[in-house]
Amino acid sequence: MGVEGIGARVTRKEDKRFITGKGRYTDDIALKDMTQAVFVRSPHAHAKILSIDVSKAKAAPGVVDVLTGADLAGDKIGGLICGWMIHSKDGTPMKAGAHPAIAFDKVRHVGDQVAVVIAETKNQARDAAELVEVEYEVLPAIIDLAGATAPGAPQVHAEAPNNLIYDWEIGDKAATDAALASAARIVTMDIVNNRLSPNPMEPRSAIGSYDEAEEHFTLYNTTQNPHVARLVLSAFVGIAPEHKLRVVAPDVGGGFGAKIFIYPEETVALWASKRIGGRPVKWTADRTEAFLTDCHGRDHVTHAEMGFDANNKIVGFRVHTIANLGAYMSTFSSSVPTYLYATLLSGQYDIPAIHANVEAVYTNTVPVDAYRGAGRPEATYLLERMMETAARELGEDPVELRRKNFITSFPHQTPVIMCYDAGDYEAHMSKALEASDYAGFAARKAESAARGKLRGIGLSCYIEACGIAPSQAVGSLGAGVGLWESAEVRVNPVGSIEILTGSHSHGQGHETTFAQLVNERLGVGINNIQIVHGDTDKVQFGMGTYGSRSGAVGMSAIVKALDKVEAKAKKIAAHLMEASEADIVIENGELKVAGTDKKLPFFQVALAAYTAHNLPAGMEPGLKEGAFYDPSNFTFPSGTYVCEVEVDPETGKVEIMQFVAADDFGNIINPMIVEGQVHGGLAQGIGQALLEGVSYDTESGQLLTGSYMDYTMPRADDVPSFNVMHTKTVCPGNPLGMKGCGEAGAIGSPPAVINAITNAIGVRDISMPATPAKVWAAIHGNA
Amino acid sequence: MASISMTVNGKSVTGTVEDRTLLVNFIRENVGLTGTHVGCDTSQCGACVVHVDGIAVKSCTMLAVQADGRSVTTIEGLASGDQLHPVQAAFREHHGLQCGFCTPGMIMAAVDMINRYGANLDEATIRHELEGNICRCTGYHNIVKAIQAAANEMAGLTQAAE
Repeated sequence: MGVEGIGARVTRKEDKRFITGKGRYTDDIALKDMTQAVFVRSPHAHAKILSIDVSKAKAAPGVVDVLTGADLAGDKIGGLICGWMIHSKDGTPMKAGAHPAIAFDKVRHVGDQVAVVIAETKNQARDAAELVEVEYEVLPAIIDLAGATAPGAPQVHAEAPNNLIYDWEIGDKAATDAALASAARIVTMDIVNNRLSPNPMEPRSAIGSYDEAEEHFTLYNTTQNPHVARLVLSAFVGIAPEHKLRVVAPDVGGGFGAKIFIYPEETVALWASKRIGGRPVKWTADRTEAFLTDCHGRDHVTHAEMGFDANNKIVGFRVHTIANLGAYMSTFSSSVPTYLYATLLSGQYDIPAIHANVEAVYTNTVPVDAYRGAGRPEATYLLERMMETAARELGEDPVELRRKNFITSFPHQTPVIMCYDAGDYEAHMSKALEASDYAGFAARKAESAARGKLRGIGLSCYIEACGIAPSQAVGSLGAGVGLWESAEVRVNPVGSIEILTGSHSHGQGHETTFAQLVNERLGVGINNIQIVHGDTDKVQFGMGTYGSRSGAVGMSAIVKALDKVEAKAKKIAAHLMEASEADIVIENGELKVAGTDKKLPFFQVALAAYTAHNLPAGMEPGLKEGAFYDPSNFTFPSGTYVCEVEVDPETGKVEIMQFVAADDFGNIINPMIVEGQVHGGLAQGIGQALLEGVSYDTESGQLLTGSYMDYTMPRADDVPSFNVMHTKTVCPGNPLGMKGCGEAGAIGSPPAVINAITNAIGVRDISMPATPAKVWAAIHGNA
Repeated sequence: MASISMTVNGKSVTGTVEDRTLLVNFIRENVGLTGTHVGCDTSQCGACVVHVDGIAVKSCTMLAVQADGRSVTTIEGLASGDQLHPVQAAFREHHGLQCGFCTPGMIMAAVDMINRYGANLDEATIRHELEGNICRCTGYHNIVKAIQAAANEMAGLTQAAE
C-alpha cells in the first residue's frame, strides 16, 4: 500500500476550502441581475383552489413577476414524474396522480406551492408573497396511513381510488402460508417505522438562468445527480432539450437521499427565468420550507409473522406492510417500499419461504421517498426486532438464535430475488461480541441495578443491497433508468490527470478516494489528480450518488477507464524502450521493462502521447479514455451492531453506554472516510430510534415538527463515541472488491437501540422514537 | 434603512441595510463572505456562528445594526495567511467534516469553547458545549476528537510561549 494509494488513511483534499470558508454551495452563487424567488404555500392539507389574486403582490415594491400554476400550464410545462413503475399483484400499473410544479386545481399537503413571487430582494419577495390572495375551499384531509384506504376516506388523487397506489407482492405466498401452517411456533409483531425528515444541513437551493440569445438554460442546484435532473427536466418536464440545459451541482451540503429527487422549485426557477426575460432566479429553502417540501423517509406500518420449527430454525416469514408515499409520488418513491425493502427481508438468515404484500397509499402529507438506507432500514428494523423478540419468546439467547439461522455458504439465493455473493456473518458477530464484552453484560447490569438504573443490551445483524445496480435487472423490475456509471480519464501532456465522473460527492470525499485509486494504479501523486464532477457540460453522463454506489459502481467505471489508459501507455512505453508490450509494468509512477533497468516516468509517456513524434504505427495521439461500467449484481455489505443502554426509571431517559459496529464492506479505499460514514449513519439511526419523528396533527394535517425547535435532531451529547471495526469478505462482483458503506450505520442501528431498551425495561415493544416520556410510561405501565 | 460600519476580519466595511437585515445576510450579501452559512433560521444549528468582539455569536440571530461599530471575525478570517488556525487543522487531521456545511460554524464555536476552557476540555464538556451546533454527517465522533486535539495543542502552544 502506497502512502496515497488504496487502503491509506489520507486526509481529504477537499477539506481546505471547507475549513477556510471557501466552499461554494448553490446559495453562495450570485449571478449578475439575479432575482429572488419566494413561494406562496398552502396553509391547508387538502383544499380546492377557487381563485388566486396576484394584483396586490405584483404592485408591491421590487416585485418582478408573480406566477401561478395556470401560467405554468399555459406554457405547457409538464408535471414531475415518478421514474420507477410498480405493478400491483393483479398486474395493473401503479396509479399515479399528476404532480404539477405549481398546484392549480387542488392543494394536497400543507406547504404545496400555489404561486411564486420573484423580486429584486428576498425580503421584497417575502413581503409580496404575503399579498397574494388565495381563496380555498377546504376539504377533509387524510393524514394517517392506516386509514387511507378505508371506505369514505378523503381522496387525494382521483386517479387512485381509495388512495391505493399499488398493492404489490413478492415471494411465494402458497409456500409461505404452508410453512407457517406447519410451524411449531409463530411469533407475531406489529411494527411501526417512524416518519423522518432527512435534514441535510444545507437547505435545498436552485438558480435558474436563461440565455435568450442561445435559447439555453443553466441550473445551479443542490442535487446528488445533476445528469438525472437534466434528463427529467428535459425529457419529462419539457423545460428544454438536453443540449440546451446545463445542470451544475457545486458543493452540496449533505443529501441523504433528499437531494436525489427532482423537485418543483428547480423546475420553477428555470421556467421563471425565461418568463422574466432571462434574469436569473434564485430560490433557497428556509428550514421550515425544508420540513414542508424535502421528501420525508420511512413511514411504514407492518404486521409480520415468523414461523419456527421445533429446533428454532425459521421456516417462513409473512409480511404485510402499508407504506405512506405522501401527497405526490416523488422521483423514486415507488421503488423504496418494494424492491429496496422486501428484497432484503431474508436478512442474514436462511429462510426457505418469504411472502411480502405491500400497499402504498397517498395521504395529504409531504411526499415520501428514499432517505439514507431507503427500504433497507425498514426491512432490517422489522427483521431484527422480530429475531430479538422471537429469541425472548422461544427462550433462546438472541445470539444463538441468529447463529442457528445464519446463511453460511455463498452464493445464496434468497426467496426474494436477491442472490448474496459473499459474506461471513459469524466473523462480524464474533468480533462485535468480543469488542462489546457481551459475556460480561450480566455483571454490568448488576452494577447498574445497584445504582437504580436499568441496563439493556441489543443486537442487530443487518444486510443491505447497495451499489445499485445491474441496469438490466432494475429495468426488469420497473426502473426507468439504467444504473451504471461513467468515467473519463484525461491524462495531460505533463502527466497530471483529470478524472471525470458521473458520481457526485455531497460529503463522501470523492476528490480524495477517487484520486487514491488513480495513485494506486499509475503512481501519480493525488495532488496532481483533479476530480471533475457535478456539471453536465463537463461530464457527459452519469447516474449520481445514492444507494452507496459511488465506490462500487463509480470507482469501477474509473477502473475500466484506467485499464484502457494503462494499456495505451504500455504500448507507447514498449515502443519507446523497444521492448515487448507484455514486459511493461507500472510501478511507483514509472513504466518499466520487467527484469531490466529500462524505465520511463509516467509523465514522459504522457508527453510522448501528445507530441506524437514517435508513436507506434497507426496509433492515435493523446491519452484519454472513457468507460461505462454496469455492475453484474448488487453488493451486499453486512454487519453486527451491539448497543448497550442504561435507562433511568425515574425519568425514562436512555443513555447509550456503548455502541459497537462491526461491518464487512469488502475492500476499503480510505479507512478514515469509511469510519466517518459509519459514524454519521449510526447517529442518524440512533436519532430515528431515540429522538426523531415527523408529527402531523391528524385532523388538520398541520405539520407539528416544522423546525429544529420541534423536530429533535441528534446533538453531540445525544450520541456516544462509537467503537467501529471491520471484517472483510471481498465482493466478487466488481474489480475493486468493494461493497459500499454509506448507509450501513443508518440501516443497522435502530433495531439495536430498541432491542437494548426493550431488554432493559422488560417490555415487548416500544415505538420509535423512544423518548423519555414513552420509556417512562412503558416502565410504569402507562404505555 | 440604516448606515452601519464595522470591522470584518480586520477590514473596515460599511453598508446601508434595512433595520431587519440580519448580521448573517450582511456578511454574506453585502461583504460577500459566504463561508458563514444559514442552516435553520431558529438559532439551533449554529452554521452561522461568527465572533463579535471575540465572542461566538449566531449571526442569524443578531441584527446587522447591532454589530455597528464592532469587530466581527468570520471563518475566512481565522487563518493567518496560509497558516491554518489549530482548530481548522485539527478538523482536517481528524476528519471532523464531511459535507462541510456546518463546519465553519463548528470551527468558530470550537475556537470560542477552547478560549473559555483552555485545555480543561474533556469529551463530556465538548459534547455538552456543542448543543448549539448541529452536524448531520459526522455523528460528532470526529468533531469531538478534533476539538479535543486542538485544545490540547493550543494549551501546549500557550505553555511554550510562556
